[in-house]
Amino acid sequence: MGAPLVLLLVLFLVYPVGQLLLLSVYGDNGFTLAPYRQLFASSVYLDVLLITLKISLATTLVCVVAGYPIAYLISVVGKERKATLLFWVLLSFWTSFLVRAFAWIVLLGRNGVINKTLISLGIISSPASLLYNFGSVLVGMVNALLPLAVLTMLSVMENIDRTLPRAAATLGARPGMAFWKIYFPLSLPGVAAAGIMVFVTAIGFFIVPALLGGRRETMITQLIIDQVQQTMNWGFAGAISVLLLVVVLVVFAAYDRLLGLSTMTGGSASRNTAPSRLSGPLTKAGDALLTLLGAISDRIILLLPSRRRERNLDQAGMGLQVFVWTMLLIISAPTILMIPLSFGNGGLNWPPQGFTLHWYETVLNSPLWTQAMLRSLLVGIGTGLLAMLIGTPAAFLLVRSDIRGKAAWLAFILSPIVVPRMIIAVGLFYVFAQMGLVGSAFGLVLGHTVVAVPYVVMTMMAVLRNYDTRLDHAAQSLGAGPIATLRYITFPILGAGMMSSFLFAFATSFDELTIALFATGGLNATLPKQFWDEVTLQVSPAIAAVSTCLFVFMGLLIFVAERLRRRAAAR
Amino acid sequence: MVSSSLRIHELCKRYGDFVALAPTSLDVAKGEFLTLLGPSGSGKTTMLSLIAGLAHPDEGRILIDDTDVTRSPAYARDIGVVFQNYALFPHMTIEDNIAFPLKMRKVADAEARRRTAEALETVHLPHVAKRYPRELSGGQQQRIALARCIVYRPAIILMDEPLGALDKKLRDQMQLEIKRIHRELGTTIVYVTHDQEEAMTMSDRICLMNAGAIEQLGTPQDLYFRPRSVFVADFLGESNLLKATVRGVDGEGLDIVLTEQAAASRAVGNGSRFAAGEPIKVMVRPQNLVVAEAGSGMLSGRITDVMISGSLTRLYIAPETAGLPQLVAAHPTRSGSAPYEIGQRLSLGWHAADAVAIHDGGI
Ligand SMILES: Nc1ncnc2c1ncn2[C@@H]1O[C@H](COP(=O)(O)OP(=O)(O)OP(=O)(O)O)[C@@H](O)[C@H]1O
Ligand SMILES: [Mg+2]
Repeated sequence: MGAPLVLLLVLFLVYPVGQLLLLSVYGDNGFTLAPYRQLFASSVYLDVLLITLKISLATTLVCVVAGYPIAYLISVVGKERKATLLFWVLLSFWTSFLVRAFAWIVLLGRNGVINKTLISLGIISSPASLLYNFGSVLVGMVNALLPLAVLTMLSVMENIDRTLPRAAATLGARPGMAFWKIYFPLSLPGVAAAGIMVFVTAIGFFIVPALLGGRRETMITQLIIDQVQQTMNWGFAGAISVLLLVVVLVVFAAYDRLLGLSTMTGGSASRNTAPSRLSGPLTKAGDALLTLLGAISDRIILLLPSRRRERNLDQAGMGLQVFVWTMLLIISAPTILMIPLSFGNGGLNWPPQGFTLHWYETVLNSPLWTQAMLRSLLVGIGTGLLAMLIGTPAAFLLVRSDIRGKAAWLAFILSPIVVPRMIIAVGLFYVFAQMGLVGSAFGLVLGHTVVAVPYVVMTMMAVLRNYDTRLDHAAQSLGAGPIATLRYITFPILGAGMMSSFLFAFATSFDELTIALFATGGLNATLPKQFWDEVTLQVSPAIAAVSTCLFVFMGLLIFVAERLRRRAAAR
Repeated sequence: MVSSSLRIHELCKRYGDFVALAPTSLDVAKGEFLTLLGPSGSGKTTMLSLIAGLAHPDEGRILIDDTDVTRSPAYARDIGVVFQNYALFPHMTIEDNIAFPLKMRKVADAEARRRTAEALETVHLPHVAKRYPRELSGGQQQRIALARCIVYRPAIILMDEPLGALDKKLRDQMQLEIKRIHRELGTTIVYVTHDQEEAMTMSDRICLMNAGAIEQLGTPQDLYFRPRSVFVADFLGESNLLKATVRGVDGEGLDIVLTEQAAASRAVGNGSRFAAGEPIKVMVRPQNLVVAEAGSGMLSGRITDVMISGSLTRLYIAPETAGLPQLVAAHPTRSGSAPYEIGQRLSLGWHAADAVAIHDGGI
């Protein structure tokens, strides 16, 4: 049952990536190390690597620190408020990276909202240059990856038994102590998982630094793009890819040494938190640190007016709520501000002037945009179907049967998430060129399925784990054969889960740029590719119109997906 | 031995419009074992959380040893709680779990170690100290939860259905264990269960709750033999309830008329006042229903079912008088006695002292 998935990954992940890596040591004249010599000849490329690491680390740090309170609040509030908070996180999560990065260009521009506001408040007299520096890249990166950090931590926090901090309170722990000694250690696997997910994604990012960064914020993936698109220097592109891959693998190895990779799969790890592999003295030091943090927090709490100290254990503090809503506002506002601008006729300057549908007409009358939209829909649906078709049986296999080396299989299936997208994309481009698949929708579907299928497998595995197999046994005892059982019992119950993983795969493809950047071959662009081409050419209000459309479309999609998920949960 | 008295005064808790606990007062003496008993949703956990400081009352006061603690936070109350799901910290060893409250109280390390070992000794599990909670069986986890609670000798211990997840045999064993610890430490214990047998065997007093209010408070014997309401009679053990009317009252005794048979009879009161002419229910416990040859007792009926549950034999009897409910009689099973047969005709009676008058709650 897992064969199609293994075949897909071998053909369109292992082979292309292997090819690319091979190209770095195997030129026209046989074995060579020339690309590597070039790589280390000057400090240029190592500097780029250092900058990449710096930006990624800063992004990770900010995302985890700012995301923790958000995830915490979502995990403790009541049902209704949780749905609201989650909606805003998801909306941001699903809104295209491109749209969000573009929104920041407009927001931080010379005539953007921030400059205009600061001037009208009299804080500055002439527009400050807020774009194309480390700060703007960091803001863009954090905006892009904060939702991922929140969702990863949330999956762990939701499984923490709420009675534990209460038990600590009855045992004499003040609130600060109860948090740092009980809750925080239990949430640590989530923090670690979020950290590595954000870091690895950040390291392979190019959209944000390309759009919001200056020359000094060039990241390593941009180098690869340059090598492939401008000089067609495969060997050198391969060498940079090797460098990138090595960095990522080192990070994973370090993570595994410290915490164990099993914690990455989230949910299951948290329920029976394994004692971490940190050795004795380190654990002791950590414990002492937590005790200290607890004591300090309690001191601070004691300084608060006593009325505030008395509040209910489960009530979130005012400060926390304000912080969370501010963060949510910061990550959602830019995209929302696009909406009025797309209807204005004053360009992208703030405040919007007049009302016109001109930009929407421009987009709809442009065959480039309409064809890109159709193509993206087509490829997205194709990817969704193919990923489901291939991923679901594999998930069944992994959950229901006792195949040997399950962990290894899982690691293999999840590898498309780990390997930087850029490396997959360049490798696929090379292989597709040999197979004549460049520019074809089919090639895109294959490529997108490779990166979407891990999510499908993970979602379906979670759904299947929650599925009570006794229902199947009951059906069989009532006389249903295996097929009838699948048809009348299993699929109807799993339906919502399947639908939501289809949507996940669809959305992944719909927003995919890296693979499309190459595999479309300059013609037959998908929506993100078209968006990218336009944005890098010139920033126009037509793009604001497209952004608005995408935003609304994604909003609807989440709404539907969330509905389905809740219906599944209600059963 | 540390132990405190607990006083609850007009305590009330609402969730929105829903009253989880109506204004309730309750006194628990030093060293007493009091059980909160009642059907699901009757407010037992609510009451316990209020006492522990895990929830805040809308009205009323809580006093420990005459000190008002209504406004003090959970960590400052010196109350131990054994949670239903144990709430052992999964990331700490058993030892660290037990030492946690001592650490919070800044007990010196050596002393903490000694007391932890002692607590493990008390629950007979000294060998699991280095393990993690998930490496223990349910019963063992339960005992660790108990150890973590007694190690810092709180003045009051609250337990919310601590034995709910255990099988019958382990339950019995743990009941004895808890009773032993109670005896040895003399701690005041407030215990929650919805198992009436457990409540009867363990408690000094039982507080029977219903719909967020106290239905009756008293010794197990009180509740069993002198129930104040039909609800109590029904909830604790089996009972036969017959409609009757009060004819006259003389001291503890009552002259009554059984409604269905129109027969005059006697009953004893349940401690509350009755007025002549008042419609009541008369309760006779199954073991007090005397079965005799047909034609000799107050009413007659046919056996519909015989159930022998080990030491007790239960006879289910359909009375011949129209309008009477099915009755149940119970007596010790004797080997070799003549077996009862379904359909057999019998006569039923009872001693006046075993018939208890209860105000008719209309159930
Ligand atoms: N947080 C809450 N919000 C709303 N209603 C609640 C809340 N907690 C409890 N209740 C309600 O208060 C009532 C009493 O609940 P409580 O938990 O005290 O019952 P209980 O006697 O412990 O029952 P059980 O034997 O099932 O544990 C129930 O009807 C319950 O639905
Ligand atoms: Mg309860």
